[in-house]
Amino acid sequence: MADLRSPRFWVPAAVLAFLALLPAYSALVGQSFYVTLFTRILVYALAALALNFVLGFGGLVSFGHALYMGLGAYAVGILSFHGVTNGWVHLAAALIVGGVFATLVGAVVVRTGGMTFIMITLAFAQMGYFLAVSLKQYGGDDGLTIDARSQLGIVDLGSNTVLYYAVLACLVACLWLFNRMLGARFGYVLRGSKSNERRMLALGFPTFRYKLSAYVMSAMVCTLAGFFLANFTKFASPSYMQWSVSGELIVIIVLGGMGTLFGPVIGAIVLLLLEEVLQGYRPGLFPPLEEVVNKHWQVVIGLFVILVVLFAKRGLYGFIVERRE
Amino acid sequence: MTALLSVQGLIKRFGGLTATDQVSFEVHTGEIHAIIGPNGAGKTTLISQLAGELRPDEGRIVFEGRDIAALSVPERALAGLGRSYQISQIFHEFTALENVMLSVQAHAGHSFSFFRQVATDPRLTAPALEALRKVGLAHRADARVAALAHGEHRQLELAMTLAGAPRLLLLDEPMAGMSQKESEEMVALIASLKERYGIILVEHDMDAVFALADRISVLVYGRIIFTGTPDEVRGSQAVREAYLGEEEGA
Repeated sequence: MADLRSPRFWVPAAVLAFLALLPAYSALVGQSFYVTLFTRILVYALAALALNFVLGFGGLVSFGHALYMGLGAYAVGILSFHGVTNGWVHLAAALIVGGVFATLVGAVVVRTGGMTFIMITLAFAQMGYFLAVSLKQYGGDDGLTIDARSQLGIVDLGSNTVLYYAVLACLVACLWLFNRMLGARFGYVLRGSKSNERRMLALGFPTFRYKLSAYVMSAMVCTLAGFFLANFTKFASPSYMQWSVSGELIVIIVLGGMGTLFGPVIGAIVLLLLEEVLQGYRPGLFPPLEEVVNKHWQVVIGLFVILVVLFAKRGLYGFIVERRE
Repeated sequence: MTALLSVQGLIKRFGGLTATDQVSFEVHTGEIHAIIGPNGAGKTTLISQLAGELRPDEGRIVFEGRDIAALSVPERALAGLGRSYQISQIFHEFTALENVMLSVQAHAGHSFSFFRQVATDPRLTAPALEALRKVGLAHRADARVAALAHGEHRQLELAMTLAGAPRLLLLDEPMAGMSQKESEEMVALIASLKERYGIILVEHDMDAVFALADRISVLVYGRIIFTGTPDEVRGSQAVREAYLGEEEGA
């Protein structure tokens, strides 16, 4: 079983323990802000984890996964707009719409590869974006305000702490699920297709159906993330589907470690914390420099991402784990 | 005895170039049929049509009594055609055992299995180890492919092909890049496989071809100009002019 001294075990274990205890710490120091910040981080971690399943392990570089986050968010928004407050209905609608869209889009895009795949996924996401903008009755490009969070029976998402733990629980469940799948026959077919698709075909694998299934699963977890994002912000906006969101998910994966199961979680924590910290951090040691950093925080993040890409092939997670082994 | 594979009047054109021109031959179980020819003769094009990566423009490919010309690559693999590649097409991220396990898995029904871990599944590990043993690579089962020597890659390539329990082997230059000693071992290995399979061997190493083949077809500019036993091929004036002479002169 798991070797407790291996960093592959204790790094994720430590991070998850930290995440589990965060609301308690937040309550202790009276900073509810930490919970909301980390809810956002967990939502992005969930979406990036899902994307990495096809991107890092299947070699399908989707530049359009924001589409599915947007679909999940609009499922909550539109149903709430029409007075449907039942969260299970929201969730079911999000997953069904996400699954149907992903099957249709996937049936086209998964047949392609390389640059074509990247561009077509981007094109589909942009179509979703402009479709959302055109929905005037649902706010158009202003987006759609959601009056109350989804009602999930005893799971009261109205509480920020409960919402946080709901996202964390889904994240842990997906980590477990993807881990099992990667070690099972399905996962080997997926990884084999990334490594050498021609050989997979010659061995007798009809790879298309496996890649399509992985794409749909990945997209549906992203709609789940979108469901949580809408609940978190109480808002559904076309901007959730913008290409920059798809890009941010890829940056999270590259930063955390492409093709590592836990990398996206690390990547989401580091990227979103950096964004937060760089924009407002003023320790007062050297005010002129701090002002520049606060103003041009994106440049600093850009440099940081470049450094990681250059010096840590398998991202931050790979860097930590492989150095300690 | 009906042929295991019967290729009839195969034609493949690329624009004005006829890369495969009226090719017909047969392969029986227990027989090694070698295909030789100078560079650019269309050997790889022919193999690709047999494996299904290219569709012929005309002609039939009858395997075990059934025309397979319309089947896809994976369908042909599942029907019993095992292919090994000229350049080792293996999975570099995986161990040797995992590579062969994938081959076993391909023939063990669908792979929509999400929970059962393959590493502890004897239905995959046992046949994979057996295939590695057959090619003499069992001691390297847990080595990453990147750590294997070139000759071992070729052995692994063959183990993967065998693990799919094919009836016909398409061996595309199995000796490519091998040392003299590795080559000799591979010749002995292929000779030991002959009984149970029909084998199509495409190979540049003439010593290996003449040592192994029961029949040889000589391909020049997409046409088979001669088919016969190794002795007949050696004795053929046409072959010497078209092919062997060139080699000696070079």
